[in-house]
Amino acid sequence: MNDLTPYTTIIGLEVHVQLSTRSKLFCRCENRYGAEPNTLTCPVCAGLPGALPVMNRKAYELSVRAALGLHCEIPLFTKWDRKNYFYADLPKGFQTSQFDLPLSQHGYLDISDPKGKFSDKRIGIIRAHLEEDAGKSLHDEVARKADSRIDLNRCGTPLLEIVSEPDLRSPEEAGRYLSELKLLLEYLEVSDCNMQEGSLRVDANINLHLRVDGEFKATPIVEVKNMNSFRAVQRALAYEASRQYDQWQESGRCLGDPGVTKETRGWDDDAGVSRSQRSKEESSDYRYFPEPDLPPVVITEAEVATHRLALGELPAALRTRLVQEYQLPEVDVDVLVNQGRALVEYFLLLAGAINDGKIASNWIQQDVMRYLSEAGVTIDDYPVTADQLGDLIANVLAKKLSTSRGREVLAQMVSAGETLEAAMQSLGIVEVDSAATEQLCRELLEANPKVVADIKEGKIKAVGALVGQAKQQNPNVQPQEVRDLCLRLAGEM
Amino acid sequence: MAIVDYTATELLERMDSRELTSREITAAYLAQIERYHGEVNALVRWDAEDAMRTAEAIDARREGGEPVGVLAGVPVVVKDNLCTSDHVTSCASKMLANYLSPYDATVIKRLKAADAVILGKGNMDEFAMGASTETSAFGPTHNPWKLGYIPGGSSGGSAAAVASAMAPLSLGSDTGGSIRQPSAHCGVVGLKPTYGRVSRYGLIAFGSSLDCIGPMGRTAEDVARVMSVLAGRDPRDATSIAGPVPRYEESCREPLDGVRLGVIDEQFGEGIDDEVADKVQTAIRQFEALGATVHHISLPHIRYAIAAYYIIAPSEASSNLARFDGAHYGYRAKDISNDEKDGPLVAMYRKTRQEGFGEEVKRRIMLGTYSLSAGYYDAYYLRALKIRRLIAQDFADAYKTVDFLIGPVTPTPAFEIGEKMEDPLAMYLGDSYTVGANLAGLPALSLPCGLTTAGLPVAVQLQGPALSEEGLLQLACAFQQESDWHLSRPELIKPKDQNG
Repeated sequence: MNDLTPYTTIIGLEVHVQLSTRSKLFCRCENRYGAEPNTLTCPVCAGLPGALPVMNRKAYELSVRAALGLHCEIPLFTKWDRKNYFYADLPKGFQTSQFDLPLSQHGYLDISDPKGKFSDKRIGIIRAHLEEDAGKSLHDEVARKADSRIDLNRCGTPLLEIVSEPDLRSPEEAGRYLSELKLLLEYLEVSDCNMQEGSLRVDANINLHLRVDGEFKATPIVEVKNMNSFRAVQRALAYEASRQYDQWQESGRCLGDPGVTKETRGWDDDAGVSRSQRSKEESSDYRYFPEPDLPPVVITEAEVATHRLALGELPAALRTRLVQEYQLPEVDVDVLVNQGRALVEYFLLLAGAINDGKIASNWIQQDVMRYLSEAGVTIDDYPVTADQLGDLIANVLAKKLSTSRGREVLAQMVSAGETLEAAMQSLGIVEVDSAATEQLCRELLEANPKVVADIKEGKIKAVGALVGQAKQQNPNVQPQEVRDLCLRLAGEM
Repeated sequence: MAIVDYTATELLERMDSRELTSREITAAYLAQIERYHGEVNALVRWDAEDAMRTAEAIDARREGGEPVGVLAGVPVVVKDNLCTSDHVTSCASKMLANYLSPYDATVIKRLKAADAVILGKGNMDEFAMGASTETSAFGPTHNPWKLGYIPGGSSGGSAAAVASAMAPLSLGSDTGGSIRQPSAHCGVVGLKPTYGRVSRYGLIAFGSSLDCIGPMGRTAEDVARVMSVLAGRDPRDATSIAGPVPRYEESCREPLDGVRLGVIDEQFGEGIDDEVADKVQTAIRQFEALGATVHHISLPHIRYAIAAYYIIAPSEASSNLARFDGAHYGYRAKDISNDEKDGPLVAMYRKTRQEGFGEEVKRRIMLGTYSLSAGYYDAYYLRALKIRRLIAQDFADAYKTVDFLIGPVTPTPAFEIGEKMEDPLAMYLGDSYTVGANLAGLPALSLPCGLTTAGLPVAVQLQGPALSEEGLLQLACAFQQESDWHLSRPELIKPKDQNG
């Protein structure tokens, strides 16, 4: 509860992440998005009679890696269960999942907002478990009489379900939790987290806590589905919170009241509203029972320790280190780290090369990232190496190039794929020796007695006109050098 | 002696010595099928041309001096729940009446690699649910020993095919006794292996934690030969057991030496037919005469086995059979009305399953669905799992003091077709002596040991600890060397001039 709203929003998220394994969870079919429908299937994932699953250990290991990144406990014994329900894109009539003994539980993810919209907080992770994805139903919604089509390519894709505690208190916190989770999973290289391709999917559970005349009230819990971007999640949650408040004011219905069931609503991002999906009168009974076709999975303490050691430096630790080692502002560190591990490594190389983190950060944020964003590529495709950029910045720091000339050189290096030397040559940049600069300054001072007079009267700003003229006559002069020299020479006149 | 009177071992010897060809052998069995199919209905389909082609190809290879498999040229009937890529696999159900699997079950691959000639598919209870082969969508199989009587089930077609000399060998599957009980009723040897010893890949699942594929034949040695082909780890079945596979047909001839047999006292109590008890007791004395010592053993929890089994097997079945919904393959109901409440998809599921499944299958799906439902799971499924562990412990305790257990396979001989169809509970109780081995995952063998005065076969059951198939086959082999029950044939197929 805060000053703006008379209620506290309670949010828990269920995130499904497809793991980047070469093959599917229980068969050897390729795990790939975008193939022709029903071309990546076999008797196992198509659920044909007699076929049996065999676990892809790699999927389990990636799950353990993800769970360790989320500070979860990893039980040494985990098992598979069948979740039974009928649907056309579920060809076996059950989903092989995990019920009472998930592969991990009791973890957390820390979130913070460098812009200070909410204070640092720890979001609990109830569990992360592995299951198989279902196929895709393609409904012809226009012509209601048309048959639905089923694509089973996705069947059996390894899916990690990460369930948070209801610890989130605002759409902003939910958004930050999701972006931090996505970043973590990308750093861990367990998933590409591509929401457009469905490799990361989010369902939200939300209700409101209110205090009325000193009495605690909670609105019925609603599950919101069909949110296709993090922005959509935030919009849907904001909408849902205010919708629930309105509905509560109207009906007064609370969680636990007779007849109150969990409602599922689908978010329509274009219309900016959620709609109730056919709400079930009672919760589905999935008749979970242990999967008899798969032996339980065991892992040793030593194997867990090996996985833990192999996690690498993760975003939270990386942020702390960059702030401490390079004295960078948190906002800047956040920007760099959020770009992914490859860009951070570029930064670390560049900062090392020029021995200055702040300047490295500025060049990356102002020049490199702008290019990446405009060109729609990642740092891996950036044509200038950190060493090359380091040499360029060294020239600027040595005042051999102005910052603006340096930018032009970098742009030339990027666009023409040229080396530093070649780019400077292309732009006609040659070093102007100090004698030539001094000669130029003397000529300018003699041609501009008014400026000399102004300077002598203490109007230092007047020198700017001379710097401008100098740059016109020779673009290679160092403006700072011209400025300093003109002031000195004018004083001597 | 006619070709169809030889054992598989004898047929292999005669093919090796060029006295017989697979073509001659296969033709003889196909003629037997044609002759008695109308009366016995042991097979749901067979392909004479395909079998003859296979036989001729094997003959040619043998003739040309090429290496051939260990069952080269021997005809085999396989139960209709084993997937074959060249012929329909229907599980004797309307649901899969025209279903063609795109792949061969691992056991089929192994039979083919051993150059066996697969004749056709054995009739069975629909989806292996039953103990009489009466629930088949293709009509009941008759017991060759007495037409009008059940052959047992669910592998009744496989057992009746061997008993009526339509094949020297067959494959069945055993979830609660479905190899052993029909073997007993048809007077053939049937082996239910240790769970996991034979890959289940391609066996259309009934109770996944209980299902075992196993061989049936006239002699323990023949069964041993097939077992050597079937057994072994399969990377496609995560529950299959690794480890070396013995040459069962060699070890089964080794002499018995100081074997301790345990008689389960509980199995000679209430409900057992006098004649069955008498024949089994006689068999036990014959084993004593062979040098075995007999000890009395109690399995205190075995009386709960039927209750546990009829929770666990239907629970798993309710899930395993969910895939038969008309959406992807198999039967789909026509004229589906758009159900007001649930929509057309659910309406299609409902009508397809109503029409595609028989009564017994639907009964078990409902039993299993109920047992797994929220609020009942703890009281039924979870308790059944606890009993299962206690029963496994009973067996483990027993095998501390004896090497094998001996007793009846069934409480009664085969009964008349139709006699128990209206009393499923009576039918279920017929599995009392067999389900224990499935719940504990242990091997067991059914061995013919006599005929009742009505001329129906009686069998003795040998049970052993995990991976004791060698010992079971050795016991059965030793018994058959001293007795000739396995040589007797039903009147039906005896040459008429010998009938007098």
